[in-house]
Amino acid sequence: MITSFLLKSFDRTIVIAVAVILGLALIVPALNLLTAPDHPLHVPTYLVSLFGKYLTYALLALALDLVWGFCGILSLGHAAFFALGGYAMGMYLMRQIGARGSYGNPLLPDFMVFLNWKELPWFWYGFDMFWFAALMVVLVPGMLAFVFGWFAFRSRVNGVYLSIITQAMTFALLLAFFRNDMGFGGNNGLTDFKDILGFNIQAQGTRAALFAASAVALALSLILTSGMVRSKYGKILVGVRDAESRTRFLGYRVEHFKLFAFTISAMMAGVAGALYVPQVGIINPGEFDPANSIEVVIWTAVGGRGTLIGPIIGAVLVNGGKSVFTAAFPEFWLFALGGLFVLVTLFLPKGIVGTLQGWRARRKEYRKAAADEAARGQTAAEPVAAE
Amino acid sequence: MLMRLAYRSLQSLLVTFCLFITVFATDLRAEDDLRAMINALGEGNFSQTAKQVEALAKTGDPKIVPALEALAAGDLYQRKSDKQVFLTKSSAGNLVLIDPLSGEEVGTEASGALAKIKVNNSLRRTVRAALGGLTLMSPDAGVRLQAAQTLLRAPSADALEQVETALAAETDGRVKTVLERARAAALLVSDRPDGEKKAAIAIIGKAGGQDSLSLLSAALASADDTLKPDIEAAIADIQDRQALWAAGQNVWYGLSLGSVLLLAAIGLAITFGVMGIINMAHGEMVMLGAYTTFVVQEVIRTSFPGLFDWSLAIALPLAFLVTGAVGLAIERGIIRFLYGRPLETLLATWGISLILQQAVRTIFGPTNREVGNPSWMSGAFELGGLTITWNRLWIIVFALAVFAALLFLLKKTPMGLQMRAVTQNRRMASSMGIRTPWVDALTFALGSGIAGIAGVALSQIDNVSPNLGQGYIIDSFMVVVFGGVGNLWGTLVGAFTLGILNKFLEPYAGAVLGKILVLVLIILFIQKRPRGLFALKGRAVEA
Repeated sequence: MITSFLLKSFDRTIVIAVAVILGLALIVPALNLLTAPDHPLHVPTYLVSLFGKYLTYALLALALDLVWGFCGILSLGHAAFFALGGYAMGMYLMRQIGARGSYGNPLLPDFMVFLNWKELPWFWYGFDMFWFAALMVVLVPGMLAFVFGWFAFRSRVNGVYLSIITQAMTFALLLAFFRNDMGFGGNNGLTDFKDILGFNIQAQGTRAALFAASAVALALSLILTSGMVRSKYGKILVGVRDAESRTRFLGYRVEHFKLFAFTISAMMAGVAGALYVPQVGIINPGEFDPANSIEVVIWTAVGGRGTLIGPIIGAVLVNGGKSVFTAAFPEFWLFALGGLFVLVTLFLPKGIVGTLQGWRARRKEYRKAAADEAARGQTAAEPVAAE
Repeated sequence: MLMRLAYRSLQSLLVTFCLFITVFATDLRAEDDLRAMINALGEGNFSQTAKQVEALAKTGDPKIVPALEALAAGDLYQRKSDKQVFLTKSSAGNLVLIDPLSGEEVGTEASGALAKIKVNNSLRRTVRAALGGLTLMSPDAGVRLQAAQTLLRAPSADALEQVETALAAETDGRVKTVLERARAAALLVSDRPDGEKKAAIAIIGKAGGQDSLSLLSAALASADDTLKPDIEAAIADIQDRQALWAAGQNVWYGLSLGSVLLLAAIGLAITFGVMGIINMAHGEMVMLGAYTTFVVQEVIRTSFPGLFDWSLAIALPLAFLVTGAVGLAIERGIIRFLYGRPLETLLATWGISLILQQAVRTIFGPTNREVGNPSWMSGAFELGGLTITWNRLWIIVFALAVFAALLFLLKKTPMGLQMRAVTQNRRMASSMGIRTPWVDALTFALGSGIAGIAGVALSQIDNVSPNLGQGYIIDSFMVVVFGGVGNLWGTLVGAFTLGILNKFLEPYAGAVLGKILVLVLIILFIQKRPRGLFALKGRAVEA
């Protein structure tokens, strides 16, 4: 069954995309670690981390595309799942600091000592073990999405209303994580990480490994989502997107289909956040900002929603543009981003990949029509020749 | 007969004369005594001075008031050469001496020749109490009232008799109430029988307020078992009433917050509620309105300073026009291509909001700009136990006025009729000859313009910065969705409900947690009623 799932998910574009991503997972770390710093093909470590960050963004955009592009749920709260995954990883990294913090407390992270806390809050237990933290990275966002979606989809909150309440959700979490009493470091968040799984987090090798891990996670998620949308489940998901009431009248439990996609998507976002945090070295409540969630939407829209490689391309392009722009003309980045929102919705509603696919499909059709025409012409001509 | 008459006259004359002499002499003697007592103020330590003050107060002579006031203020000096005490005022390095009783200037001295009569806090308190007793008999009702209040704040058993005499003579109602309370307060600390004290406790309890509460708490500490239950009951009573006033104050804060929410959301109720456009640039319209106010005030400050109190009245129509024009441009330029695709409208308007924010940041700079309050909007007044600030009051009034005007526009004018017609059935409206594209454009411009005038009002209570709009956008959507899309009354009820709910949660949960709770409650509420508090009924909502 798994083989058939995998086989079905391997369409040509996906195979190429997965191959490219896995290739990057090998080549970029190799170019970073094995070449001399003055070699023309050398990739500096800061670029490795930057590209690694883009890959986690791509994973987040892919997660959003699963619910928006294939199920029609425009979530304006996906950054919340991303940040929750990030916080779970951040808590593990905080516990790894141990007695090396500025206050030298072997058990409590610095900010708790600073707030005069005497013991570790219960929800910090277990985060000294990587497997537990890794489990929480997918479970916490997954549980939140499950509970939130359970209520929302069951009472048929959809369309714009759903977008607005997902935004309210991430806004509420933003406010909550800003509070010092929550026990997540308040305003400053979690930072000053030392090592991950025993490796120094600043080291070149760790950076390269984190990049490779992000690429592998992205490739695996691409295979997973591709399998999902190509299966019978995926067909119904698209049915829900295009005609929810009709799908329901055909006897499908629409809310279950939506809930499954929403939960899986949130888990993917959590993984993306967990890979993001060690590469940027900090997680703070700003990640919950509703504006971040909306930015994810524009990555997906630019690349092309409803296509699987679109969001990946969109995320890398927009963020690459952001890095270049904010360095060169910091004043104009918001103009550019805002303009991008407007232009894409007006002139490129299917995104880059969607538009290209449309052209290709049309050309194929045109060629086929031309071939048919030619064939018909021949068959029509033949009898004449025979006579 | 004549002799007798002459004798009688002489006799009465003599008597009169003697009487006159006696009175005059007593007066003179009394004045001599007073002077001696005042001079004695300069002798000895603080407690001796305090005794002198009390002795002076016992005379009950209003002439000593200036001397005592000067003592409390530190303006009373003793001449070192002859130990005479004078009031002083400084003039060009020297001190002008003033006679303490007559108030006449009697010369100047170098400050080195005088010694200041020192006061400490307990002495000051004694002086104040003494003055309180003296001024109780003043012919000016205002002075009496102040004296009674002073005594009420610092009750002493010694002042009790004075208060009682003053009370018996008092005719002014307001002074009388305060005097009664002062008498009760003094009674509590005196050694009168418990029965009278119980009555006093009842009077203080009825008066209420923080002062009474501290009086009673002080009394409770030293009370015996017969009085304790009474005092405790009175304290509980006061606390109950204070809780009630606090609740009232919360309602007021809630109304105030609700009016802000209403102002922020009411434009959105048009663009989102009536037209169904997810206008994420709504907050930026509010911001543009606030910046219009800033520009108007800048122009007034530099060119027409006299018009400052009118700045808001001038800014209102301008803000409406500016933001309305921006809204019109957005609708014609972008949104009209996106009708029927609500989620894409959301993205496009978000893009517009980013552009507008950055534009304002580029033009006006990223920092907060100062917008002043006109004089009629500053200050506060008391209403019962409530403190009400003028700017909050005006904003509530303004929000309601805008709401009423909008309601009138939608329900009673041809333009409103066309708007509603286009919303309800676009094709039918179009076939009736309504130019639907223009109605769309004007409706969007109206919604944006109203956001702009909301910005004028909000500039009075919020920081005018490029991020102003961001703070309101989520709240505005919550209000509109909570109240029910497409229903102005729903927006009104939604805004005030959320405002009051927020302010009632704040004391228990803190500001941030309260807000989080409200958000969670709204999310839960939408599960229960996905179309809001006042949902439109019928098939149209399913489309």
